[in-house]
Amino acid sequence: MAGPAGDRVSATIKMIPRRMARRRWLGRVDVALRLYLPLTLITVFLLAPFYWMAITAFKPNSELYSGTISPLWVWNPTLEHFTELFARTPFFTWTKNSFVISTVSTGLALLFGVPAGYAMARLRFRGRNAIGLAIFATYLIPGTLLFLPMHQIVNRLGLLDSPFALVVVYPTFLTPFCAWLMAGYFKTIPAELEDCARVDGCSRLGAIWRIAIPLATPGILSAAIFAFTASWNEFLYALTLVTSSDLRTLPLGIVAALLNSDALPWGKLMAGALLGSIPVAFVYSFFVEHYARGLTSGAIKG
Amino acid sequence: MSAAPRVASLRSNRIGSWLDREDVLGYILIAPVSIIVLGFLAYPFCFALWLSLTDKVIGGDPTFIGFRNYEHIWQNGIFQTAVRNTILFTAAAIPLKLVLGLCLALLLNEKLSFRKAFRSAVLLPWIVPTVLSCMAWLWMFNPNFSVLNYIIAQLGLGRGVRWLTDPNMALVSVIIVNAWRGIPFYAITLLAGMQAIPTELYEATAIDGANRWQRFRHVTLPLVMPILLITLLLSTIGTFSDFAVVYSLTGGGPMNATQVLSTYAASTALGAGRFGEGAAISLTMFPFLLVMLVWEVRWLARRATA
Repeated sequence: MAGPAGDRVSATIKMIPRRMARRRWLGRVDVALRLYLPLTLITVFLLAPFYWMAITAFKPNSELYSGTISPLWVWNPTLEHFTELFARTPFFTWTKNSFVISTVSTGLALLFGVPAGYAMARLRFRGRNAIGLAIFATYLIPGTLLFLPMHQIVNRLGLLDSPFALVVVYPTFLTPFCAWLMAGYFKTIPAELEDCARVDGCSRLGAIWRIAIPLATPGILSAAIFAFTASWNEFLYALTLVTSSDLRTLPLGIVAALLNSDALPWGKLMAGALLGSIPVAFVYSFFVEHYARGLTSGAIKG
Repeated sequence: MSAAPRVASLRSNRIGSWLDREDVLGYILIAPVSIIVLGFLAYPFCFALWLSLTDKVIGGDPTFIGFRNYEHIWQNGIFQTAVRNTILFTAAAIPLKLVLGLCLALLLNEKLSFRKAFRSAVLLPWIVPTVLSCMAWLWMFNPNFSVLNYIIAQLGLGRGVRWLTDPNMALVSVIIVNAWRGIPFYAITLLAGMQAIPTELYEATAIDGANRWQRFRHVTLPLVMPILLITLLLSTIGTFSDFAVVYSLTGGGPMNATQVLSTYAASTALGAGRFGEGAAISLTMFPFLLVMLVWEVRWLARRATA
């Protein structure tokens, strides 16, 4: 076997690891350029405003309105904007309002929407398709089309600028949405399980309560997250139906109270924006999985 | 002696068996939603139609005036600007969101380190209250202290841009912010669609020697198409009727350069107090929405029968 040919073979074999290492390195560069570079660029674009919001909230005014200090970093962090926000504005009242309104609206939307979703997915009755279609259609009608008559209706009910205005209005668009989403989710659960319970002597309602609802918990959870954040973030009705500062929701309270001042207090504004964003960001970071699944199960099977 | 309890139990049995009927239970379960749909959506809609045919002003009684509101707004220059802006706004923001959202979804669908972290992080623009994130943009667009202009100046690219004070630039700026907010929605829905694609399909195409583009073109794209279409529909409706971004960034200004139908309707009705006219303005959005709706329902019906 010894000879020039064998030497050449073994020399080639010896070079293989080096070549593989080189290829692996090139592969890594390729992945970095093809994947991580564009991903980083898009992520920077998407997160830059939040970075800006966060560092502004901690900057003293001397840094905020200086033309010479680099604005890209906080050099002397301070909490003065937060303490001023808490002292000068009804910040905690707004937070409480937002929590109460979002929770109650979500509860009502689930209470009405989950049974309706079940009925559309499982029960056969005349007019089911027509009702399903109507629910879907209303889900697609944006608030900008209905807010003026809604303003008039709420006004006639004597609820304009009252704590109940938003609690009455929010479930009207959250419920069809929850029903639609839950109909999609119930369709993914095999009906056989309920049939078994019925054979064992369970009533229809019993089967729903004991079998279908527990199995649908992930779907209900995503519907709840949707409904909660949709109420937390809602803008148009919160702007037009409530005008007293003490009754406002958190996002509106911050913006309306601070935008009225002559020179915008950017530090306070960003401190408030940061605090108003944290609850929903927190909820989502835990439930992003449910969120994605809920979004598509409704979309596909709806 | 034991008659009373037996009657009671018989009655509860009768109610029970009545409730066990599929149609009865169906109607009971669906009743609250139906009431909401009729009372709080169909009725307001008809009410809006009627309002638009009256001269209702804030605090005053409405009188029927026929189509005079529509005639009036039709000849109104601001209304024409608002229609043009709404169309431009939608036509520019949707492709931006679609392309970047699709790219982002494709990237997140690859094997990545920190994939979950990336996925949660990019969702932020979509979930944070729009007015609050718009405040951050407003600050970044500030005429005197814009960080974007600072960066442009540091890079030696000029003296900066008048983001919201220049009429043409203002429309571009609100489009950028609207797209910024919508990209995560596309990315997350499309990503979920991509992850539902069985890996066997990709393995099969790999055996057939398909390259990256062919794999996207012949496997990924056709299979995410249903989700893509529904995302596109929801997003188009949302963009066309967007209020929060425009209202909080420019309020429709400068000089109506970013006035869209929703902000114009709001300022006419609640700012100027002319409810009838405002209702007419917001209803002009309806034909467009109706077309989208019909298209969507027909598409869904076709899928249901296929």
